[in-house]
Amino acid sequence: MSVPPSAPTAGEVSGGDEAGRLVRPFTLIGGRTRPSRADFTLITTVTAVDPPPERAARPQPEHNRILRLCARPLAVAEVAARLDLPVSVVVIMLCDLLEAGLITARPPRPVTGTPDLDLLAKVRDGLGRI
Amino acid sequence: MAGSDSTAVPVLGAGPDVAPDTVKILIAGGFGVGKTTMVGAVSEIAPLRTEEPLTVAGLEVDDLKGIEEKRSTTVALDFGRITIGEDLVLYLFGTPGQQRFWFMWNDLAIGALGAVVLIDVRRPESSFAAIDFFERRGVPFVVAANGFHGSHPYPAEEIQESLALPDHVPVLLCDARERDSCREVLIALIDRLIEDVVLRSSPAH
Repeated sequence: MSVPPSAPTAGEVSGGDEAGRLVRPFTLIGGRTRPSRADFTLITTVTAVDPPPERAARPQPEHNRILRLCARPLAVAEVAARLDLPVSVVVIMLCDLLEAGLITARPPRPVTGTPDLDLLAKVRDGLGRI
Repeated sequence: MAGSDSTAVPVLGAGPDVAPDTVKILIAGGFGVGKTTMVGAVSEIAPLRTEEPLTVAGLEVDDLKGIEEKRSTTVALDFGRITIGEDLVLYLFGTPGQQRFWFMWNDLAIGALGAVVLIDVRRPESSFAAIDFFERRGVPFVVAANGFHGSHPYPAEEIQESLALPDHVPVLLCDARERDSCREVLIALIDRLIEDVVLRSSPAH
């Protein structure tokens, strides 16, 4: 599962996090300025930002694989399974991609407490069709 | 736009920019009771698997008999997917069967609509831990007896009684290999959830 290190080019080094960080279009969850692993549950859907932000650094090969996978929305568990990597490893890379503004993340539908009847009726109907 | 590499990935949601809502149901029960079989019977994709490496620290000592040299292990998680509509996708997760991985269930249970506990009537005790877990956590569940080769030696009422399950926990007889049968189980779970909501919102309650 080793992620091949890619040496940063001079441009990437000087092009600079510090300048870029101010304007990166983060998808923020909970008002934090950095994404954390807790933002990614197994059924959080991730989607590559298309086109990628101009200031984004060139993604590493493993990151690129993720970006190709989630050209359309895909759940974190599916990304991990398709990459054949542990979820915990994939989540770390997803944090990087979210911070770089290269993906968006959509949290699962909250169902704590009482789930709403509309949702349940919808699931029931959907099951009836399979 | 999307590169050609993405063609192997099934389309989710209404389009590239619209991620669907996601919900999940857990399929639990003892080791080898048919959880992955059930996931595969109703999933629109072949069950997928992810593996998490774990260190042995914190696991029950008994489980390490004969493998004292082993420093780490992996826990596998099988799951499937049912697209309910353009904007809603249901995931089914088989919980890791061995009891020593109970701590994984905690994470899985968060945000779950509910659970199906599969039992093998020849060795129902292998699913007791799952029943206890969901009862304690207040996660709504139904019990489904997976008949070996589709045969059911005991009626559902008898199973319900022998497991000392309260009346509001339905027990169904199923064949985890059959899509229709598994669908009935999932619908029974949703019906139970709907009942719960109606009961809780009724003024008499």
